[in-house]
Amino acid sequence: MGKNLLNKVWDLHAVRRLPSGEDQLFIGLHLVHEVTSPQAFAMLAERGLPVLHPERTFATADHIVPTDGSTRPFADRLAEDMMRALEANAARHGIRYFGPDSGEQGIVHVIGPELGLSQPGLTIACGDSHTSTHGALGAIAFGIGTSQVRDVLATQTLSLARPKVRRIEVRGRLEPGVYAKDVILGIIASLGVNGGLGYAYEYGGPAVAAMSMEERLTICNMSIEGGARVGYINPDETTFAYLRDRLFAPGGGQWEEALRFWRGMASDPDAGYDDRFVLDADRLQPMVAWGINPGQAVGVGERLPLPAELPAGNRETVEKAYAHTGFTPGAPVRGTRIDVAFIGSCTNGRLSDLREAARVARGRRAASRVRALVVPGSQRVSAAAEREGLDRVFREAGFQWRLPGCSMCLGMNPDVLVGEEVCASSSNRNFIGRQGSPRGRTLLMSPAMVAAAAIAGEVADVREVLS
Amino acid sequence: MSSANCVIRALSGRAVPVRGNDIDTDRIIPARFMKTVSFDSLGRWVFQDARRDAAGKPTGHPFDDPRHAGASILLANRNFGCGSSREHAPQALAAWGIRAVVAESFAEIFAGNCTAIGLPVVEVEAEAAEALMRLAETRPDAELRLDLEARRLEAGGQGYPVRLPEARRQVFLTGSWDTVGLLLEGKEQIRTVAARLPYLTRFPYPAG
Repeated sequence: MGKNLLNKVWDLHAVRRLPSGEDQLFIGLHLVHEVTSPQAFAMLAERGLPVLHPERTFATADHIVPTDGSTRPFADRLAEDMMRALEANAARHGIRYFGPDSGEQGIVHVIGPELGLSQPGLTIACGDSHTSTHGALGAIAFGIGTSQVRDVLATQTLSLARPKVRRIEVRGRLEPGVYAKDVILGIIASLGVNGGLGYAYEYGGPAVAAMSMEERLTICNMSIEGGARVGYINPDETTFAYLRDRLFAPGGGQWEEALRFWRGMASDPDAGYDDRFVLDADRLQPMVAWGINPGQAVGVGERLPLPAELPAGNRETVEKAYAHTGFTPGAPVRGTRIDVAFIGSCTNGRLSDLREAARVARGRRAASRVRALVVPGSQRVSAAAEREGLDRVFREAGFQWRLPGCSMCLGMNPDVLVGEEVCASSSNRNFIGRQGSPRGRTLLMSPAMVAAAAIAGEVADVREVLS
Repeated sequence: MSSANCVIRALSGRAVPVRGNDIDTDRIIPARFMKTVSFDSLGRWVFQDARRDAAGKPTGHPFDDPRHAGASILLANRNFGCGSSREHAPQALAAWGIRAVVAESFAEIFAGNCTAIGLPVVEVEAEAAEALMRLAETRPDAELRLDLEARRLEAGGQGYPVRLPEARRQVFLTGSWDTVGLLLEGKEQIRTVAARLPYLTRFPYPAG
């Protein structure tokens, strides 16, 4: 039996078996940002340790940066302190830092692939759970805590247990108006938010093979929302074409060498898996995650679930979701009124996401009641979108065109929900309080669905707008 | 680096139950309290949004219940600590006084973060979680004893088996949860692995 990608990458990077039984694993790329790194650098300083491989660590600022103007010092003193700490730590240790004046700044999971830093066959770690995103390029990428950020800085390794691998086969084709976001929401709704505990998810099958790299990034991004710390897609011609000529991708004579290595890291055709799951993409409709976790999702044509009809294990969380959202059990999700529309995040803040949303917004107008924000995932995404005139399309439709950052995905900057506002959001988490207001409510959907909701002032079916 | 004062074989304390599946790390510590370059201030904000209503009044959350003041073992249900990788969540729990978490299951990054700061997390069957929560609610002064060596939790005259990955158990029994020293001991092998990685030797990132 052949080997899957996870086991190939793991074996290549295994340094030794630790006394506990976990593996010491070498990390090929380490990404840091301002929120989870200052304490790690402080721990290094406390122990007098240097950064072992500064050339494999890259930093940017994304979580706390304001998106309405980048003048320094930031109005928020705490945010300014975090920026200064990151800048000082990067400078002190010789770590390349993509700050707001670099032209390369952006959400860490947008710039890693975009700059060609994220490559097949690498192990990638970052103090952020959505690091699974980079698995779309055929890397083993996962989120870590701050003490582990310290470990990577000091040793370029981590103590980890090897996960099992579940192969997720996506068959069929997506109909127009149904996107990668709907596929991953469909997978999580089927397998549950804890279904991936102990597993890495390998996504494949005809629907995934047909996807662009940006769509694949969306799928892998939300692996963690299904409980899987790692999600990946085997590298193929789409991957290689995406990487060609990127800033940090191998160039010249090194390209062929890299290609040979990358091809060899893909799962063998006869590779074994610990579990398998099949999703039929033909039957998928645009999804809306309505509750308090991303697994509480229904198709846009469906009704919200009746607690009594659910398995006993899910009832308690659904009842909690109704208590928080105030939505009516059994009501159609379509027609749910919204107050805010947010297009952006590491899930859906890339150029193709903005293009799809702009197709919906073009020549239309956001409902006057709705506060609509478009936050590009990076400065490169922003510049590319502006070259195509997407910023104008959005502005003319009544959307605000903002500067890059995590923004309203997690409400650490001034972009937050107020009171009980309902937000149609292209982000990844609808947790209670996630978007900055303890009583705010989040409906997760694709960027095109968010644009359709902004225009209708309520949840709408984007397939009808596009047809 | 393992050290004698990092060894955790067993610990005892009273319990505080927090009911509900899929309690995420945003709920344990909302992101707006993470705007800090240290972990020092987090203890007072743990579960903040669940502890206060819209008017800022206490909701009667177990963490505010005087009967659970001084409790050190947190009881939870399924998939506790899901979502964000923020170590701020276990740091906030530890700052409040939590020394161990007992739940039906844990999100992986959260469990790893707890381990990295010397906070044991162990799993019990759903029935055991329910029995332990009832005990803590009806007899909040009851003492629990978590024995990692015996993989057992004693409470209210009952014994419950607990589960945790063997490697994680060894980390506590040998006092090696503070990993950085241990990892540095492998410096020679780290160099060996680096030397065989083609992306370091044959096609490294171009210099900036």
